[in-house]
Amino acid sequence: MATIRNRIILILVLVGASIWALFPRTIKVRELRNGVWYDTTQRQVPLKKGLDLQGGMYLALEVDESKGAVANKAEAIDRALKVVRNRIDEFGVTEPDIRKVGSDRITVELPGIRDEQRAQALVEKSAFLEFQITDKTGAFDKVMPRIDQIVRSKGYDKQAPGAAGAPPAADTAKNAISSLFTPGDSGKPKADTGKAKGAPSTKGAPPKGDTGAAKSDTTDTGVLNGANSGPFSRLIQQGQMPGEYYVSTSDVPTVSKYLSYPDVAAALPPGKTLLWGTTADLGAGANVTPLYVVDTKPIITGEYLTDAKPATDPVEGNIVQFTLNSEGGRRFRQETGKHVGDYMAIVLDGKVMGRPPVIESAIGTRGQITMRGQPLQQVQDLALVLRAGALPVPLKVVDSRTIGPTLGADSIKDGFNAGVLGVVLVLLIMIGYYRFSGFLAVVALSLYVLFTLALLAGFNATLTLPGIAGMVLSVGIAVDANVLIFERIREELARGKTVRASIDEGFRHAMTAIIDSNVSTVLTALVLFEIGTGPVKGFAVTLIAGIAASMVSAIFVVRTFYLMWLNRTRGARTLSI
Amino acid sequence: MLRILHDTKIDFIRLWKITTIVTLLFTVPGIIAIAISGYQYSVEFTGGTLMQVSFPKAPDVHDVRSTLDAAGIKGAEIQTFGSDTALVIRAQDPREVAQQTRGAQSVASEITAALIKKYGPKDKAFRVDRTEAVGPKVGAELRQKALYAILVSFIVTLVYLAYRFEWRFGVAAVIATAHDILGTLAFIKYLHLEISLIVVGGVLTMIGYSLNDTIIIFDRVREDLRKRRKESLYDTLNRGVNETLPRSVLTHTTTFACLVALALVGGEVIRPFALVMMFGVVTGTFSSIYVAPVVLLWIERKWPRAVGERGGVGPRSVRDTPSSTPQQPKRRKAAGES
Repeated sequence: MATIRNRIILILVLVGASIWALFPRTIKVRELRNGVWYDTTQRQVPLKKGLDLQGGMYLALEVDESKGAVANKAEAIDRALKVVRNRIDEFGVTEPDIRKVGSDRITVELPGIRDEQRAQALVEKSAFLEFQITDKTGAFDKVMPRIDQIVRSKGYDKQAPGAAGAPPAADTAKNAISSLFTPGDSGKPKADTGKAKGAPSTKGAPPKGDTGAAKSDTTDTGVLNGANSGPFSRLIQQGQMPGEYYVSTSDVPTVSKYLSYPDVAAALPPGKTLLWGTTADLGAGANVTPLYVVDTKPIITGEYLTDAKPATDPVEGNIVQFTLNSEGGRRFRQETGKHVGDYMAIVLDGKVMGRPPVIESAIGTRGQITMRGQPLQQVQDLALVLRAGALPVPLKVVDSRTIGPTLGADSIKDGFNAGVLGVVLVLLIMIGYYRFSGFLAVVALSLYVLFTLALLAGFNATLTLPGIAGMVLSVGIAVDANVLIFERIREELARGKTVRASIDEGFRHAMTAIIDSNVSTVLTALVLFEIGTGPVKGFAVTLIAGIAASMVSAIFVVRTFYLMWLNRTRGARTLSI
Repeated sequence: MLRILHDTKIDFIRLWKITTIVTLLFTVPGIIAIAISGYQYSVEFTGGTLMQVSFPKAPDVHDVRSTLDAAGIKGAEIQTFGSDTALVIRAQDPREVAQQTRGAQSVASEITAALIKKYGPKDKAFRVDRTEAVGPKVGAELRQKALYAILVSFIVTLVYLAYRFEWRFGVAAVIATAHDILGTLAFIKYLHLEISLIVVGGVLTMIGYSLNDTIIIFDRVREDLRKRRKESLYDTLNRGVNETLPRSVLTHTTTFACLVALALVGGEVIRPFALVMMFGVVTGTFSSIYVAPVVLLWIERKWPRAVGERGGVGPRSVRDTPSSTPQQPKRRKAAGES
């Protein structure tokens, strides 16, 4: 009795866990509408659909060596990966998947994208690196009332779409500030930004302490507070260095939209450009995205850069050392000489990478960026950004697949129909042949479908069209374990054993055959997983998940059903099998 | 209770000559045909461009072909796909193979441009449902990988079988599987199926399924060998096959039913897979009944096991005559090697 109860509890726990794993949940989705990012939320079942089911584009990229060999291809691929990742945002893809395959290939999966030409052009374009000085005149603060006025008078704030609407956004913005300035809060960006200086000496550098804090008093906070009520300015918060602002990540779409109106753009300070930074640089838990106001004219571009590498200095800690060619060195010395004490944004493809370091002295051909207190990962990352700009890697598309959304929808429909038809046929065969026992097997089969889907969701596996085929096929195979057991029980019954003994013997004897045969199928599925690309991998994964689930449902669940039935009928004399 | 094929005593092994002829008749012409004309491979393997285009109204295939010819896309192959309104265009542009600098995608854009010129704007006059553009290097890699996969799965299962059973059973199961692969290759040729990754997937799944079936029978044989030490191996093998017959029939019927469902309503992409697997179910059943036991019998005759060896059946297994048949049968040659 106790064992039956434990078995039932275990089954209920499994069912509960499966339902929980498959329960629709709200996820945040970034969408690109009319060239502007919007954050929306969606409720959906946490089963990832492959490109062949939802439509989208797959690209495989390699280093293009047709115009000259590329030295150290493995390193070049890392640089290219950085550039491609950085650019993918422009596609407006919800869940892009960019990864390195082997040592010389990058694969990119872009769900929902159909514009092959644009996608290809974007990933094949070489990287562009610029050093731009951040604004310290508070020019942006001065124009903010004007922008507020434009936004209000033109009614732009009324057009704010759905989720990115103004009233809730204002709340989040306030939360953002309070969390930002609460000491010890994880969302607080590191106050100690990097410093850029000439490598040989630090002479002439004005002493800088905690740069972020030191500079935060340069702007008139009174103006800012006064402007905080405007529809635009209330979304913008003062950052921790001149020219740095924070926008609550959920407001980024709204701010981008305002900035995209021509009359707003015209109101921006002349000679200055607004560039977004990356959230990642503020540390985990940050819910703001930095926005930088920089001089439009770069002091130098990546073409003058020859190399950059991460290093560890005994005094300075983690640093990035970079080298410029002689012409670049001359220009850079002149420009940095003018801007000592200013902050220099490192801009890759129009996006500020990392927090701008302060210029400590005029820098020539050799410079270094000290990144006090920053983890090595971040240092390596910055070096990679610099090299990506210095040594652009030409890429070529070696494999590309595009699936239209209608075809994907059709595939889902077809797969679903086939699944229903297959299950109905199996159901008829099993109940027709095994009657009551067949019915138990069919009930177990429905649990099997639930378990398989839950396993796929749990392992974050992707459901593909061949994957659906694998599920339909494994429904047929899943009943095999039950067939083996039932046939064995029949044999034992025919030998004159009692129902209870026959059931026990049936399960015991069928077990080795079930395990052996399933292992052989799993082994071939594993091989298939190794060689397959996306959709076929999906098939292998579903097959393996299906076999794992069928072991539980066909053996454990059906056995429990039998035990329950035996218990209820107080040792039945006959079994419908 | 409803029972089919219950308690049968069919002497399957005796039929080995007939089944060998059946196998040869089916397989040999197919293998010859493959040797002569080879297979048609999908663009995944050859490299090239494939486009699936659908029109609101069934277009004239000749029209499309001449449009593409005029646009300089020579030798494009055009077929309807599922319905009359959907076309699949395959182009293996030699320029692309010759110089890798051209992105494979560009052939697709040339085709699109030609279609726009002829039929009108994209997404109105026609819709591109699918584009695959594979560079020659990726195709070659995939070919190698597919071949490698079939070999590896072979070796892996052999090792597993050798571990779980003993080498004689393992070799017999692998020969039965090799038989299934050859049969499936012939089947693919007869149906003019294109070799795509999904078809290779079908072949690999078929290998797993067929082995699974052989294992079920061998598992029973192993059990019976232990239980009935007096019985000849010939009889034990037949008994094993007969005892598992109801299970075989039922499992294959349910699997086949699912595959029929896939082939009928699962869509164009899945159909080749379902067809390959349907044949796999048939040949897998056939080989587990007629090939694997016969080969095992032959191996046991050639390399009889010593007394006390693992699988410990002792010398009596050398007797491979059916206990009811008085005269010695002729020497069984490699019946299963077809």
